[in-house]
Amino acid sequence: MAIFLTENSKVIVQGMTGSEGMKHTRRMLKAGTNVVGGVNPRKAGQKVDFDGQSLPVFASVQEAMAQTGADTSVVFVPPAFSKAAVVEAIDAEIGLVVVITEGIPVHDSVAFWNYAQAKGGRTRIVGPNCPGIASPDKSNAGITPADITGSGPIGLVSKSGTLTYQLMYELRDIGFSTSVGIGGDPVIGTTHIDCLKAFEEDPETKAIVMIGEIGGDAEERAADFIKAHVTKPVVAYIAGFTAPPGKTMGHAGAIISGSAGTAEAKKDALEAAGVKVGKTPSETANLMREIVKGL
Amino acid sequence: MDLYEYQGRALFARHGVPVLDGGVATTPQEAVELAERLGDRVVVKAQVKVGGRGKAGGVKLADTVAEAETHATNILGMDIKGHTVEKVMLTVTADIDSEYYFSYLLDRANRTFLCIASTEGGMEIEEVAKTAPEKVVKTPIDAGVGVTPEIAGQIADQAGFPVDLRDQLVDIFVKLWDAFVAEDATLVEVNPLVRTPEGRALALDAKVTLDENAAFRHPEHAEFEDKSSVDPLEQRAKDADLNYVKLDGHVGIIGNGAGLVMSTLDVVAYAGEKHGGVKPANFLDIGGGASAAVMANGLEVVLSDPQVKSVFVNVFGGITACDEVANGIIGALQMLADRGEDVTKPLVVRLDGNNAEVGRKILADANHPLVTEVDTMDAAADKAAELANQEA
Repeated sequence: MAIFLTENSKVIVQGMTGSEGMKHTRRMLKAGTNVVGGVNPRKAGQKVDFDGQSLPVFASVQEAMAQTGADTSVVFVPPAFSKAAVVEAIDAEIGLVVVITEGIPVHDSVAFWNYAQAKGGRTRIVGPNCPGIASPDKSNAGITPADITGSGPIGLVSKSGTLTYQLMYELRDIGFSTSVGIGGDPVIGTTHIDCLKAFEEDPETKAIVMIGEIGGDAEERAADFIKAHVTKPVVAYIAGFTAPPGKTMGHAGAIISGSAGTAEAKKDALEAAGVKVGKTPSETANLMREIVKGL
Repeated sequence: MDLYEYQGRALFARHGVPVLDGGVATTPQEAVELAERLGDRVVVKAQVKVGGRGKAGGVKLADTVAEAETHATNILGMDIKGHTVEKVMLTVTADIDSEYYFSYLLDRANRTFLCIASTEGGMEIEEVAKTAPEKVVKTPIDAGVGVTPEIAGQIADQAGFPVDLRDQLVDIFVKLWDAFVAEDATLVEVNPLVRTPEGRALALDAKVTLDENAAFRHPEHAEFEDKSSVDPLEQRAKDADLNYVKLDGHVGIIGNGAGLVMSTLDVVAYAGEKHGGVKPANFLDIGGGASAAVMANGLEVVLSDPQVKSVFVNVFGGITACDEVANGIIGALQMLADRGEDVTKPLVVRLDGNNAEVGRKILADANHPLVTEVDTMDAAADKAAELANQEA
């Protein structure tokens, strides 16, 4: 097992024919992902060749699902068109939509998330502005490099892409069940809590790494959830201890406003919930290594 | 992007929200002309993006044009919490019966928008929430429905606003919501929203934050960009499409990915504790695909900060291959030398991930006198801090 994305997942790519879409579809296929087609109404009916594998382009998510049985969509559509793309995926009632696109206006993210809930919450949204989901040796939906590590007992959830890669790399001797990059925007579809819950229920996952950063209070809420509902060991890392207030640190959501959103507050909340918090990525990896040894 | 009060006020006016007549001045002479036009009493307000300007002497009443000139002269150039006052706003004054608080903002936790309303205005809403939480009414706004006159009326009633002001307030609340949505704002705050003795409702302050991700559909927002108050290095980085934040330490930081760079700042600050307390000089995320040109632009910005004593390039090759990054660094140093830049500050480079071995070999073979390659993030941070401390 893995969470959200397994070897049985059938993946379509919205924006497959764009340059990012092409590049990453090729990578996803190489990682063993069962990519079954792309969506672009202007190129519907065409085929796109990826190193000898020919993938069809459909006019809509609905048509792609009907023709291929796709259950997952990865969105590489530019920011101005992302809301329409995600709404289309929600209307088609696809089970999972992974929004890689960076720079989507937050009013659009709020709109499509609330639209999904109003439609009955049948579509899980991951992202936006995220590296996607990787279940090593099974499937890869997004841009996480597939060759960092193999499968194993650790589940990982993170707001940041490269920090995820760093931790996966440091723990490549142990391996991962699934790594979910939930994204660095102020409003995201799938949260730390959603992933913690899924990892808790996933028999393959034995321990969890959670990576957070300054801004918002998602980590504090995750700490409350861990205290009440998570029995598996959790190790956390928070980036931004030395970030000054009022400055956005790269991610639109990574900003300390007033006294809210500091790394210190997040660390305290997590430690109060029994989570071991590493001071650096390497220390975090070592904390996890100790835990896995003892399992 | 946070707007100045005068910009927020103009934006309110554009959406039909009642504000006081006024304008903005950058010189005492302009203030005089404005005061003459406005007539009678005016208030002169420092335009800075920081609270507490009243206490700092940045808000003054003027009964005559001469007084307005004096206040403008005193306030322009004033330093308020590290912000130099470049502009003053002048408005006519209003007699105030009551002060209220009203705002719409993004509610990250609930992934929706929130309206906060209170009959206790004129002070920090956080303070009111602490001392009299029952007087702060929070109403989630359904993004699909928005704020209709009915909803606006419910908010006014729940917050306990006076009944005789209801129609005016409903109109203001709806118009503020229209502004919030139409302008892609993440905050629209009026504090105070006032009632005059004649029974008029007026927005006496305007705090607006716009979503920079939405800039592509608001070319008109470019006018709000304030290049004068932006750090020149930050402006240069922005012009080169780099994500850069100036900090006040001595170790220049370049990395790929926002989270990793943030983490690098922390690791360098920890390492600095052992090396004379040196700290990071900046945040710089060069993103994926660090080509020689991008790396050169990044290096150029970081090296032109006179505070920088050493540079730590921290790259995890995910999509990007480390051999490309290594070539980028060597190419960038060459490019800077070709541009006539005098590069003398030591670089510590850490490469991990995709093709790291090849990348490290490229750096070793190039044997550049300024470049030290260190294998791990912790050891590289330590080296960069040590070098900065030696140079400082």
